Amino acid sequence: MKLTKTLMATTALTVAGVSVQAQDMADSMTLVSWGGAYQKSQVNAYAAPYQAMHEGLEIVWDESSAEAVAKLRAMDEAGNVTWDVVDVVAADALRLCDEGLAMEIDPDEHLAPAPDGTSAEDDFGDLLVGDCFIPQIVYSTTFGYRTDMVPDGVEPPNDICDVFDLETYPGKRSLEKRPINNMEWALLCDGVAKDEVYDVLATEEGQQQALDKLDTIKDDVIWWSAGADTPQLLADGEVFMGSTYNGRLFSVIEEQDQPVAMMWDAQVFDLDGWIIPANLPEDRLARALDFIYFATDTQRLADQAKWISYGPARKSSAPLVGQHADLGIDMAPHMPTDPENAKNTFLYNYEFWADYRDDIDAKFQAWLAQ
Amino acid sequence: MIQPKPVSFVAPVVGAAGAFAGLLVGTAQGVPLLGVVAGAALTAALAFLWLEVFRKERIARWITFLGFGVAGFAIGGLMGGVIGLAFGWLFGWFIFWLGEGRYRAKLPPYTTPLQVFYHFLFRVICGLIFFFLITPIVVVMPLSFNAEDFFTFTPEMLRLDPAGYSLKHYRDFFTNDDWQQAMWNSISIAPVATLLSVSFGTLAAIGLSSEHVPFRRPIMAILISPMIVPLIISAAGMYFFYSRLGLQGTYWGVVLAHAALGIPFVIITVTATLVGFDRSLTRAAANMGANPVTTFFRVQMPLILPGVISGGLFAFITSFDEVVVVLFVGSAGQKTLPWQMFTGLREQISPTILAVATILVTISILLLTTVELLRRRSERLRGMSPG
Repeated sequence: MKLTKTLMATTALTVAGVSVQAQDMADSMTLVSWGGAYQKSQVNAYAAPYQAMHEGLEIVWDESSAEAVAKLRAMDEAGNVTWDVVDVVAADALRLCDEGLAMEIDPDEHLAPAPDGTSAEDDFGDLLVGDCFIPQIVYSTTFGYRTDMVPDGVEPPNDICDVFDLETYPGKRSLEKRPINNMEWALLCDGVAKDEVYDVLATEEGQQQALDKLDTIKDDVIWWSAGADTPQLLADGEVFMGSTYNGRLFSVIEEQDQPVAMMWDAQVFDLDGWIIPANLPEDRLARALDFIYFATDTQRLADQAKWISYGPARKSSAPLVGQHADLGIDMAPHMPTDPENAKNTFLYNYEFWADYRDDIDAKFQAWLAQ
Repeated sequence: MIQPKPVSFVAPVVGAAGAFAGLLVGTAQGVPLLGVVAGAALTAALAFLWLEVFRKERIARWITFLGFGVAGFAIGGLMGGVIGLAFGWLFGWFIFWLGEGRYRAKLPPYTTPLQVFYHFLFRVICGLIFFFLITPIVVVMPLSFNAEDFFTFTPEMLRLDPAGYSLKHYRDFFTNDDWQQAMWNSISIAPVATLLSVSFGTLAAIGLSSEHVPFRRPIMAILISPMIVPLIISAAGMYFFYSRLGLQGTYWGVVLAHAALGIPFVIITVTATLVGFDRSLTRAAANMGANPVTTFFRVQMPLILPGVISGGLFAFITSFDEVVVVLFVGSAGQKTLPWQMFTGLREQISPTILAVATILVTISILLLTTVELLRRRSERLRGMSPG
C-alpha cells in the first residue's frame, strides 16, 4: 500500500516534471527577417537544423525587417507583441534598445562560447554594438558594374571616385535614396581624408560640400530604396554601376550569371543581427533564447555563408567558412571581409548617424526635390 | 459619298499615324525623334506612291505587308519581323481605306466632314484609353515566361528563341511553400469573408430600404464608410481595436476585417436592385400565408439575386486583392497572396510574382466571363432578352 502510494506520487511528480519542462518553451515561434536569399540562408543554416532537433516546433517567418522599428512600436502600444526574434540592422537595434523595445542581452550568459572556450564577448569583440544587439553577419554596401558597358580602351572602374567620373565612365548610376554612405563617398572623392570625413560632415559647410559633389552626377542617378532594385537595374542594363548589398551582387554575378563585376573600393561595412523584443511571456522568451543560443554559435554562423556571401560575425567562424551549397565555389574570396576585397574599406559611424540622421536626412530630401 | 479622296488629304493623315508608329519603334531603338520623322515621311510617301502612281490595291497591300515585315526583320530580328508585318498590314489597309473613301461607308451621307472627324477622333481616344489600360497588364504575361530571374526582356526572348522562355516561375509558384501557403490562406479567407459580407450586406440593404426604419441615412453612411475612409486609417484602427480583443493575428480577425470592407459593395448593389423590386409581391405572399422567411427566400431573393451575386463578386475580389488591412490585422500566419506579392516585390524582384499575376488575371477573366454567361442564360430562360 505504502509502496504503491510512493510509486504513484513519484510517477505523478515525474509526469508533472515532464509537463513543466514541455511547457517551459513555446512550441511556435515567429522569426522576422528580410525575405529573399538572405532569409533562405537563415532557414537553411539556423531554422531547419533547429527544427530537426525540436520535433513539433512550428516556425513562422515574417518578412518585415524593413519596417521592424515602426511595427514593434505599434505592437508595443497595442500591448500585443507577436514577434519572438527579429532580424534588424545594427542602427535599428540601437534605436529599439534606446526605446526599451528590445531586451538587453548578456553575451556570456545568453550566447554560446567559441569551441576553444573563448567567451562569446571576446569572440564577437567590437561587433557587439549596443546592449540588445546579437550580431550575425558583416555585410557591406558596395558597387557593381556592367562589364559589357565599360567603354573601349578604358580600365574597368576600381576606385570609388570612378562613380563620380562621368567623362571616363558615362552611364547611369543607381544610389540609395538616403544620405548614409552617399555623403561619405562624395566627401572621399572631393579630397577629404578618410579619417576626417565625419568631422567634415558634422559641419554645415561639409554637408553642403557633399551635396555639391553629388550634384555633379545627380542627372545620371537612379535612386533605389529596396535591396532588389540595383540588381534588377543592372540586369536590365538600365544603369552602368550601382550600389547595393554585396550579397545581392554575389547572387547577380555567380548565381544568375549576369555580366556584372564587383567594385569593392571604399565598401562600407555594416552589421545585421538579432534582437529579442522586450517583455515577452516566459515560455516564448525561453524559446527565443534557446534558439538564439543555437543559431549564433560558431558552426551555425559559418554555415550561413554556404548560402550567401556575408561574413560571419564571430572570429572563430571565419576559418570554418566553406563552399557554396549549390555552386560548390569557395566562399571566402566573396566575403566582404576577405583581405583582397577589404584593401580599402570605410567604417560606418553609428554614433555620428544616430546624432545627425534626422538633420541630414531633411537636407538630403530637400536637395533631392530640387 | 464613297468616292476616292485627294492624296493631299490622305498623305498627311497617314503620315500622322506613321509618326505615332515611328515614335513607338524609335523609342524602342533609343532614337524617338528620328522615329517620328522617318515614320511620318515613309508612310506619307507610301500613300502618295500607292494612290497616285500605282493604284492596284491588292498588289500594293501585299507589297506593303511583306516590305514592312522584311524591314522589321532587318531592324529587330524575328520579333521585329512580326511587328513589321503587323504594321505593314495596318498601313496597307489604312491608305486604301482613306484613299478610296471607305471610311464613310457606315456613316449617314449627310454628315459634315467635321462630324466625321469627331466620330473617328472619339474612337481613337477610346482606343488609346484601352491601350494604356491594357498594355501594362499584357506586358506582364510574356515576362512571366522569362528564363531569367529578372523583369527583363532578354535578347533571347526578343528573338523568340525557345531557350529564352521557361515555365520555371510557374513551377516555383506551385512548389514553393511560401507561395502555396499564401495561396491557401487567400483561398480560405476570401470565401468566408464573402459569405459574411453577402449575408450581412443583403440583410442591411433590405432593412435600410424599408421606409419605417429610423435614421436610415446615417446608418447607411456608417455602413458604407469603410469604402470611403482611406484604407490605411481603417487598417490602423482595426489593428489597435482587434489587438485589444485578441483578434489581431488570427484567422477570424482577418475574415472579419475583410467582411467589413466587402459589406459596402453588397449594400450598394443590393440597394440598387431593390429599387426595382415591387413591394406588393411580399404583401401578396403574406396574403397567401407565407411567413417572412419563406417570402424572403422564395419571392424576394430570386428577384434581387443578380445584385447579390455582383455584390458578392466585388466582396470576393476586395478580400482576394487586399494588402493594406491584412498587413495590419494579420500576422505572418495569415499571409495572403497580395501580401506575399508585396514583400516579394520589395525584397526580391522575382518573376514568380508575374507568374502569379498572370494566373490571377486569367482566373479573373474566367470568373467574370462565367458570371456574364450565366446571367445571359438566365435572362434568356426567363424571356427577358431575345438572346
